[in-house]
Amino acid sequence: MTHTSLLKQDARTAKRNRAETRFQAYGLIAIGIGMLMLMVLLTTIVSRGTGAFQQTFLTLDVTLAAAKLDKKGERNIEDIKKVSTFGYKPLLVDAFEALVESGAVQSDLKPKDMAGILSKGAEAQMRDAVLADPTLIGQTVSFDFLASGRVDGYLKDRVTRESIVNDKNISSEQLDLVDQMRDAGVLGKKFNIAFITGSDSSDARPEAAGMGVSMVGSLMMMLVVLALALPIGVAASIYLEEFAPKNWITDIIEVNISNLAAVPSIVFGILGLAVFINYMHLPNSAPLVGGLVLTLMTLPTIIISTRASLKSVPPSIRDAALGVGASKMQSVFHHVLPLAAPGILTGTIIGLAQALGETAPLLLIGMVGFIASNGPETITEGLMNPNSAMPAQIYEWAKRADPAFYERAWGGIIILLVFLITMNFIAVMLRRRFERRW
Amino acid sequence: MPLSFLGNPLTLALLVLALAIAGYALARGRAMARAGGDARKLHSLPNYYGMTAAMFAAVPALGVLVIWLLTQPMMIQNAILPMLPVAAVGERGTDSLILSDVNRVAEGLNIAVAQGVLDPQSIAALREDPSTLRKTLAGVGVALGSDVEPFVLAAAERARDLDARWDMIRAGVVILIALAGLLLAVRAADPAFRARNVVERGIMALLITAASLAILTTVGIVLSMVFESLNFFSQHPWQDFFLGGSWAPNFRGNSELSILPLLWGTLYISFIALLVAVPIGLFAAIYLSEYAGSKMRAIAKPLLEILAGIPTIVYGLFALLTVGPFLVDVFGAGGALSMEGLRDGDPLMSGATAVITAGLVMGIMLIPFVSSLSDDIINAVPQSLRDGSYGLGATPSETIRNVVLPAALPGIVGAILLAASRAIGETMIVVLGAGAIARFSGNPFEAMTTITTRIVSQLTGDTDFASPETLVAFALGLTLFILTLGLNVIALYIVRTYREQYE
Repeated sequence: MTHTSLLKQDARTAKRNRAETRFQAYGLIAIGIGMLMLMVLLTTIVSRGTGAFQQTFLTLDVTLAAAKLDKKGERNIEDIKKVSTFGYKPLLVDAFEALVESGAVQSDLKPKDMAGILSKGAEAQMRDAVLADPTLIGQTVSFDFLASGRVDGYLKDRVTRESIVNDKNISSEQLDLVDQMRDAGVLGKKFNIAFITGSDSSDARPEAAGMGVSMVGSLMMMLVVLALALPIGVAASIYLEEFAPKNWITDIIEVNISNLAAVPSIVFGILGLAVFINYMHLPNSAPLVGGLVLTLMTLPTIIISTRASLKSVPPSIRDAALGVGASKMQSVFHHVLPLAAPGILTGTIIGLAQALGETAPLLLIGMVGFIASNGPETITEGLMNPNSAMPAQIYEWAKRADPAFYERAWGGIIILLVFLITMNFIAVMLRRRFERRW
Repeated sequence: MPLSFLGNPLTLALLVLALAIAGYALARGRAMARAGGDARKLHSLPNYYGMTAAMFAAVPALGVLVIWLLTQPMMIQNAILPMLPVAAVGERGTDSLILSDVNRVAEGLNIAVAQGVLDPQSIAALREDPSTLRKTLAGVGVALGSDVEPFVLAAAERARDLDARWDMIRAGVVILIALAGLLLAVRAADPAFRARNVVERGIMALLITAASLAILTTVGIVLSMVFESLNFFSQHPWQDFFLGGSWAPNFRGNSELSILPLLWGTLYISFIALLVAVPIGLFAAIYLSEYAGSKMRAIAKPLLEILAGIPTIVYGLFALLTVGPFLVDVFGAGGALSMEGLRDGDPLMSGATAVITAGLVMGIMLIPFVSSLSDDIINAVPQSLRDGSYGLGATPSETIRNVVLPAALPGIVGAILLAASRAIGETMIVVLGAGAIARFSGNPFEAMTTITTRIVSQLTGDTDFASPETLVAFALGLTLFILTLGLNVIALYIVRTYREQYE
């Protein structure tokens, strides 16, 4: 055997050490990939979604000519209502004509084509303003109109002059006009509150679509989930954790709950469709049905976390209560449950957050593809009237043909994630604040 | 009718609750009075006497109300079925269509009467010629698919009639039950009455009911899918479903509805997802539990778990709009790896939706799932095993490879099975990212479709619940349920047996 120094590694040791380094590197690379994916995902969402909160508006002075809007001149609201949005179109054309005459912009386009850079909802916007305040008739009013989705895309670099060659919704001349108006300061991007508060729009008006109504739908569903899943989940957990005898029935229930937690969410959608809609004839697309389905889906999560927090209350508490003469039921409801409450609440919030982001079952009960133009006025309406939900609305936008809707889908995701982050943050705070180590 | 407001179930429920509160006060007062105002003479605390009365008044009455609400529509259907002409019902499946027409007309009449558009006289006048009814009902917001036939109107009127009458009977029965319960409990309120035991038994019954709801959900899932699947198999040969070779639904009939191409797509995508998630998740778990310091653990673990908390719709959008187009840039026409030269100018990837798109994104989603489950399992391997290995001179990586991983292997297999079950049941990523073409192909750059995608597409939109093209979704759902349930049961069994080994 040759002498080797202890200070110098032999070939075999060096090899083993290299293997060790490699192995560690694999682990680091794996974590790195995970982090990288998270970063890519989050940057994609933020970079592609923030645009939805900004929208291109065009400020235009429109003369609300009495000759067009109120021929009789009596300012009778019924007469004014008879003028449809179609009747407001000439006013827009006139406004653009005036703009050219004033020399602010130069264009060879016909004024009618100039109006094509506006959203198709511009006429309705004027009509609503007039119906709200008929005294406006005869005056020249400055409106902030939404620009059409294509113009908005042009300002956001989604639409380029090359990409619109075959696009009949917008022409290169119209974009020249847009450039001039932008330079003149009458056209530009502004914060768009309507994206957060508004309702979905038809395929032709991506610029007007908003999340507001589907947010109400989600809120209604969460109310249902909270009202049903929390009491039922807590009751079931109390029974299983504190009272249930160890026998085969309890075993079945336990196995059942852990399996239900892993059943694909779409199966709950099928259940909802078959039982709540086909059998019980509850209304299609109603947040009530969505809430019921999500309740069934969330129950296992809530039961599992509630049982964990009941289990973490030390037996000495129960023994002490029993020792001073409380019944078993009293010891649970008066002592164990209040001590477990923060944990239960945390678990419930996390369960709700899960339910809030769930999409698949909602597709089956029809909470998609429905355009609710107004929010519900009462809670019953909110529960029973067809509505969408935030994730279903995002899905709906993702499926549409116009890329302008993709931006809205990403923007919707930002809103959805803000809700989820807030809920999880509250859950973490609750845990930090109230967690007890026994 | 002056009492017609009682027909509204919500009003009725509120009334019952009011009775319960009254019962609470009455019983508590009576018990205290019997004890001469001295609570110490009572068997239970005074509140328990009140709670007994509230419970007796509310629980049975509300239970009857719920059951009644569920059965009344069926009873009414059975009552009006004989009124429909045999010729119209004769054709299979159409009876449910007629019934839904009848329900809509009845609903429309209710709304019209409530809004004052119609009154009983004008409805009677319609009986001879109900052709104008469609327009009237459209005016109150109930759109009908076709003109109302006289027998539909007659059935609808009968249904309304029965509905109104049974609503009143229901109100009477529920209130009587509530009053009876209340009286019983108030009469029993006596110092010797063991009110607490009664209340606790009642609460216990409620707790047990809540716990069995989990079972009820499973039963509901299984029954609803089994019945509709049987319905499907009675209209469509089971041989085609399980053994056929193609998926080509055709709403005019003669569909080929085989699960095999869908199953292939599902398994292929899940396989790619696991190919991504298992190595990354496992190595991440090993590093985090064996090497990482507490600081790194505290940062990296929650960050990784954020990936698990992101809703699947977000991943779906990510697949459709980011990963898919990126892959097309690389493997599509003109891309660096499109292999057009080798494939006669035919690029590897032609569209953004493909097996690889969905598989990769699903893999990212599953990373935290695999890593946190494996992390738990690796941590559960006793330290003494590691110490023994170190004592023999093994390096940490040798210890992990030769001692820790073999010891944790069953648990890790369980974790992978759970991840597989999640991948198979995942919906949104494949709906948006995988495409809609059912085929057997080994090329991961092609679009394929999965079981969950087809369930969504067969059950959304205007569907007729009598055609095999819609019902097949239930058979697909049942298969999916059994598949994932099987994987879960095996996985949980493996994990559980393994855990017991070291405890």
